[in-house]
Amino acid sequence: MLHFLQKPLEAAQPTRRSFLKLSAGTVGGLVLAMNLPRSAGAAAGSGDFVQPFVHIRPDNTVVVLSKHLDKGQGVATGLSTLVADELDAARDQVRVEFAPSDPKVYANTLFGVQGTGGSTAMANSFMQYRAAGAAAKAMIVAAAAREWGVPADEISVSQGAVTHPSGKTATLGELAGLAANEEVPAEPVLKTPDQWVYIGKSFPRLDVKNKTVGAPNTYTMDFQRDDLLVATVARAPRFGGKVKSFDAAEAKKVPGVVEVLQIPNGVAVLARSTWPAIKGRSLLEIDWDDSEAETRSSDAMVAELKEMTARPGIKVREDGDVDAALASSAKVLEVDFEFPFLAHGAMEPLDIALMFDGDTAEFWFGSQLQTVDHNVAAAVLGIPFEKVTINTLWAGGSFGRRAQGDSHPVAEVATLAKAMQAAGMTPAPVKIVWTREDDMAGGYYRPMSAHKIRAGLDENGNVTAFKYNIAAKSIVKGTPFEAFLMKDGVDHNMTEGAHDTSYAFPLMNMDQAYQETKVPVLWWRSVGHTHTAYVMETMIDRLAKEAGKDPVAYRLEMIENDPRKVGVLKLAAEKAGWDTPLPDGRYRGVAVHKSFGSYVAEVAEISFRDDGTVKVEKVVAAVDCGTPINPDNIRAQVEGGVGYGLGAILRNQVTLADGVVEETNFDTYEPIRMSDMPVVEVHIVPSNEPPTGIGEPGTPPIGPAVANAIAAAKGDWPTSLPLSKTGLV
Amino acid sequence: MSVTLKINGETRTLEADPESPLLWALRDELKMTGTKFGCGIAACGACTVHWDGMPIRSCQTMVGDVEGAEITTIEGVDGKAATAVQAAWAELDVPQCGYCQSGQIMAATALLSETPKPTDEDIDAAMDGNVCRCATYARIRKAIHLAADKMEA
Repeated sequence: MLHFLQKPLEAAQPTRRSFLKLSAGTVGGLVLAMNLPRSAGAAAGSGDFVQPFVHIRPDNTVVVLSKHLDKGQGVATGLSTLVADELDAARDQVRVEFAPSDPKVYANTLFGVQGTGGSTAMANSFMQYRAAGAAAKAMIVAAAAREWGVPADEISVSQGAVTHPSGKTATLGELAGLAANEEVPAEPVLKTPDQWVYIGKSFPRLDVKNKTVGAPNTYTMDFQRDDLLVATVARAPRFGGKVKSFDAAEAKKVPGVVEVLQIPNGVAVLARSTWPAIKGRSLLEIDWDDSEAETRSSDAMVAELKEMTARPGIKVREDGDVDAALASSAKVLEVDFEFPFLAHGAMEPLDIALMFDGDTAEFWFGSQLQTVDHNVAAAVLGIPFEKVTINTLWAGGSFGRRAQGDSHPVAEVATLAKAMQAAGMTPAPVKIVWTREDDMAGGYYRPMSAHKIRAGLDENGNVTAFKYNIAAKSIVKGTPFEAFLMKDGVDHNMTEGAHDTSYAFPLMNMDQAYQETKVPVLWWRSVGHTHTAYVMETMIDRLAKEAGKDPVAYRLEMIENDPRKVGVLKLAAEKAGWDTPLPDGRYRGVAVHKSFGSYVAEVAEISFRDDGTVKVEKVVAAVDCGTPINPDNIRAQVEGGVGYGLGAILRNQVTLADGVVEETNFDTYEPIRMSDMPVVEVHIVPSNEPPTGIGEPGTPPIGPAVANAIAAAKGDWPTSLPLSKTGLV
Repeated sequence: MSVTLKINGETRTLEADPESPLLWALRDELKMTGTKFGCGIAACGACTVHWDGMPIRSCQTMVGDVEGAEITTIEGVDGKAATAVQAAWAELDVPQCGYCQSGQIMAATALLSETPKPTDEDIDAAMDGNVCRCATYARIRKAIHLAADKMEA
């Protein structure tokens, strides 16, 4: 599909400079919010208050427009919390909708394009959505002052009620139409933290009702239209394979199958509903051309990676002559690690719906990088950007899977719409449904990787030098992200959490090497940290043992210059009773890691079942993610992050046999289940720092915390994941 | 082929292959999309519905096999246990992405209807077939205990 994607970010690609400038602070967001056209889009006299981030309707509903996709992480509620607090709306009058795709208004100020990822949603929106709420409140108050003929500063707003000491009162909805005519304040006055009524306190999720009654029109999978066609696509069983020839005769006999069309990605079966599309596809006979495909087995690819880590690579960090320091060390610990491909396995398999009439296109799906998706749609369909509409729907999980640089689901459904047009079919909405097998065997995995560590020690067990070689396929190299995520040929996504460690090694070098393979790879909840945290945190435990020190005490010595890391480590250790004895048969392990600006320490307590397998009993986590906006959601994200990471290290891997994926459903890629789930206790460090990410940072520490507990019991650390390869699961 | 089903107390006649999964008849023919497609092999529980009160996986239940049976879906589930479960889910903000939660609620409701005061072991046994990739399991467990308390109150 790459030929469609030469300039997918053309319309709104930030220059590296603007990206960095926007990264520097939240001021960019504030400016954006205030540069709005006055009462943009308000229908004159409708009684509606319409601003880009907040609408107030005459029925007294406050609608917050979430520019970010909510795939479970709670951002829609989080952004609503910010607006509701500054606006002083009552929680029960707040609704949330997803914003349209428009990078000029709804860009992630840290990306320069509209999109969600890297746990940046709150970091980039904190000032913007508060400003939007504060501006709306100022306009409501101004309207009330004008209407009542009283000074604005005598009017107060609380829980959605606008009041004046004279006894005059109004709802936000009653004033909405008048407020729409007021001037948008250039610099709305934000509350001080002591004035917050929801932020840092409580604002229950806005999506719970719909998600507990099976409400229609929630997810893309639920998208229905009377004339809807449902399509499945037979894609090449090997990555990079192409259709040589196919026979659709049997597929077309299935009642409900409407048409079978070849598209660049494979063969699409169009049907009146989902089951015939699935059944029809199973009856296709396709001859595949694998001449350009990846035909290796994953074992061979791991062997290649390990070989790459034995050689010098691209310099990521070079403090000095690490080889000389190792040569003169009293002892060198050399440890090799290998990690498998991981599928995201979101509960909702990928899906996307499109209505293309030849001139305009309307999409419905859980779009995570709207601007990338939008550009790819326009490019593939051959229509202007303005002729494309993207309706973002709630996503049944993503964990990174819906944020592709190539927007391959968009490109695929667009090529299908073009093929329908070419076949003379009447334009109709079409929904491509991925089965679980399609989703799991479809690539875009967390890259497999190999790591080689050489740690030098002096006579007393102190570290003299730390040499780290990593090899994996780069997630960003060769994608639209390369321009602003790679610097001087270095992919820091691969090495994050290691090259930037705050452990005070006297000397550390890090090299990386890129594997070439047709297997597409992608960010998976916490990206590079998924493997670097495991390596660093189990190595630190090994080094503590060499130094004859307690793992917590040793870490505290090594991170003296990182007070927030110290803070979470001490808190987790204290709450877990690190210094207290454990009952027989219980073992503890600790890990602490910073990712996406947030600090998380986790203490895992494990036992062994009668058959010798590991049971993770309890995890005590401490988190510092800056100003806590919604403490209960922080706890939820850490609980879930722990579970997501734990499932992966216990027994998840995607392997290839001669290029064909072996694990294609939840029977062979067995997810974490209820009986695997430990008790998770989450403690939040109070903070006035700017808010940072929480969707991902709970995941990295769990693997090494469990591995360190295993080592406490068995004396050695697993170095090849998942643990099911070792007989421990 | 015409098939008659009893869904949420209503008799519904639809055109469907008796050898096709109940899941797709519910979702595509009856437009009741609360029951979710997760794996298609009865390994995740997202498609859980009740057959005469018992939790079943609708992706592996054929339409022809449930003719005349009482099928209850998330759209129609009701009664003391279901009400308590849905209230507990809201009180503890259980859902994250929410895609599995219809199935979780159907499984939890069936559990509490049979076992009003379940132990953690009962919960493990009843809920292990329902996958949540957001790993909301800790809250699901708490919510089931809370729902049990609500039913007792």
